[in-house]
Amino acid sequence: MSSIRRRLPVHVLLLVAGALSLFPLYWLFLTSLSPTQYVVRVPPEVVPRELSVGNYQRLFETTPIVRWLVNTVVIAGVITAFHLLFDSMAGYAFAKRRFPGKDVMFWLIVSTLTVPAQVTLIPVFFILRALGLLDTYPGVILPGLADVFGVFLMKQFIQTLPTELEHAARVDGASEWQVYRHIIVPLSRPALAVLAIFTFQRYWNAFIFPLVILRDPAKYPVQVGLATLQGEFNTDYGMLMTGAAVAALPMIAVFFAFQRQFVEGIRIGGVKG
Amino acid sequence: MTAALRRHGWSYLFVLPTFSLFVLFTLLPVAQGLVLALQDARVTGGTFIGLANFGTLADDPAFRQALGNTVLYATVVVAAQVTLALVVASLIQPLGARSRVFYRALFYLPLVNSAILVAMVWRWIFNPNPFGLANAALGTLGLGPFLWIGSSDQALLAVILSAVLTIPGGGVVLYSAAIGSLPRELYEAADLEGAGPFAKWRHITVPLLRPTTLYLVVVYTILAFQVFERVYIMTNGGGPNNATITIVQLIYSTAFQFGRYGLASAMAVVLFVMAIVVAIAQFRSLRTDVEY
Repeated sequence: MSSIRRRLPVHVLLLVAGALSLFPLYWLFLTSLSPTQYVVRVPPEVVPRELSVGNYQRLFETTPIVRWLVNTVVIAGVITAFHLLFDSMAGYAFAKRRFPGKDVMFWLIVSTLTVPAQVTLIPVFFILRALGLLDTYPGVILPGLADVFGVFLMKQFIQTLPTELEHAARVDGASEWQVYRHIIVPLSRPALAVLAIFTFQRYWNAFIFPLVILRDPAKYPVQVGLATLQGEFNTDYGMLMTGAAVAALPMIAVFFAFQRQFVEGIRIGGVKG
Repeated sequence: MTAALRRHGWSYLFVLPTFSLFVLFTLLPVAQGLVLALQDARVTGGTFIGLANFGTLADDPAFRQALGNTVLYATVVVAAQVTLALVVASLIQPLGARSRVFYRALFYLPLVNSAILVAMVWRWIFNPNPFGLANAALGTLGLGPFLWIGSSDQALLAVILSAVLTIPGGGVVLYSAAIGSLPRELYEAADLEGAGPFAKWRHITVPLLRPTTLYLVVVYTILAFQVFERVYIMTNGGGPNNATITIVQLIYSTAFQFGRYGLASAMAVVLFVMAIVVAIAQFRSLRTDVEY
């Protein structure tokens, strides 16, 4: 009892800090749900008097936001699927197998981990132009498959798995692919879940690469689309906040569904972007 | 060679997809970026001009402004983020396991959103009108109204505040995990000496968390050096009189709006060097850590 009383101020302090941190998100949804004519008020009303879905109707009628959301799901989804496959394969090879050149390859990969993404932005743009992939979905997806954080994550995890099962499977005549597919992949599920969440979130939120690579607004992912809304509806904050709310909801839903993986991911992988 | 392939073929097959994509879209681009920085590359190709781009940058008021803004932003934001993360994690730790899980989630939730939409909300909060939330809040204290993103004096402040006013959930989680694994004996010894909670925190917890602190400083600094979306959205890509221009914002406009790819690549190299310097500084201070 006394411990609860002693801890009460700490709880109050943390809850206030949490509320402040969450407040912009609350303000975003509140603005989006205000009747269009009341979005701008002096003074602004932090507790709503009236709610309306008018802004949502306007948004869905006048902008390609649905198209942008579908694009984002496709782009982030395809990148995530390939990362799960390729990173677990490479992570397995780097963690458990011996082959000439392994150390050099892994050293090259690790040495680029701190390179800011903007360093490769212009050359990647040139390469995609040379390949004729500017303004295409593959042009956005392929460079997304090149980030090596997942290889690192999978290697670290697979290293901790016992080797006996692999040996036993080989003795039973399993091929190398079967060892990977039926031993390594199932045992790596927790790390794969973390990788999936992180990769999907990263590419759901990606901005500068698609901004530079895509020209056709019909191909935009939602973040780039939102930035163009900003230009189009400059001070129509009801519209802008509604667009932002629609883009925020899927990620918030993913977070509530997979909280544990998010927190676990930070502990394993650090605070990566 | 063929014998090696027969023996190790599977290993190479396993690393091939990732490694070839990595070579094409990371390794080669890094090398090409360094070459481009030495070229007068415009929309079509370029000629080798040595370090001239860096000379141009040194004399360019916009780049100096961008460099200064980026370093100022990073310094203030990183100091605030690391301090906040440490304090919040320290407050969470003595609570029960269920409270810890709850608070970690609470502080991480705001961070799952994209930089774009976060910046859009802050633009709305810091808009210069009396209906702007920041102005209304300060107005109740008899302050303002401020021009915020509409003024060359206050725009960068608004951008920095938008970053500082969010609890850094990732740092909270990392500190929280690190505090959980600190050896209990030291605290028991301190209890015997009659040390209070603050003294224990100050003299045991904080020093022992040094590796985590250094790691967070480096990661947050490198992330802060790359600040772009906030500036692009909150202040239309640089603000009044370039008040909020940052290095990445300038790389973007120099390359993709003005077609000066060589000059923009030189800026990217400067950014790269800044990241390396920070990483080396961390490595050094970790090494001195071992010495005492």
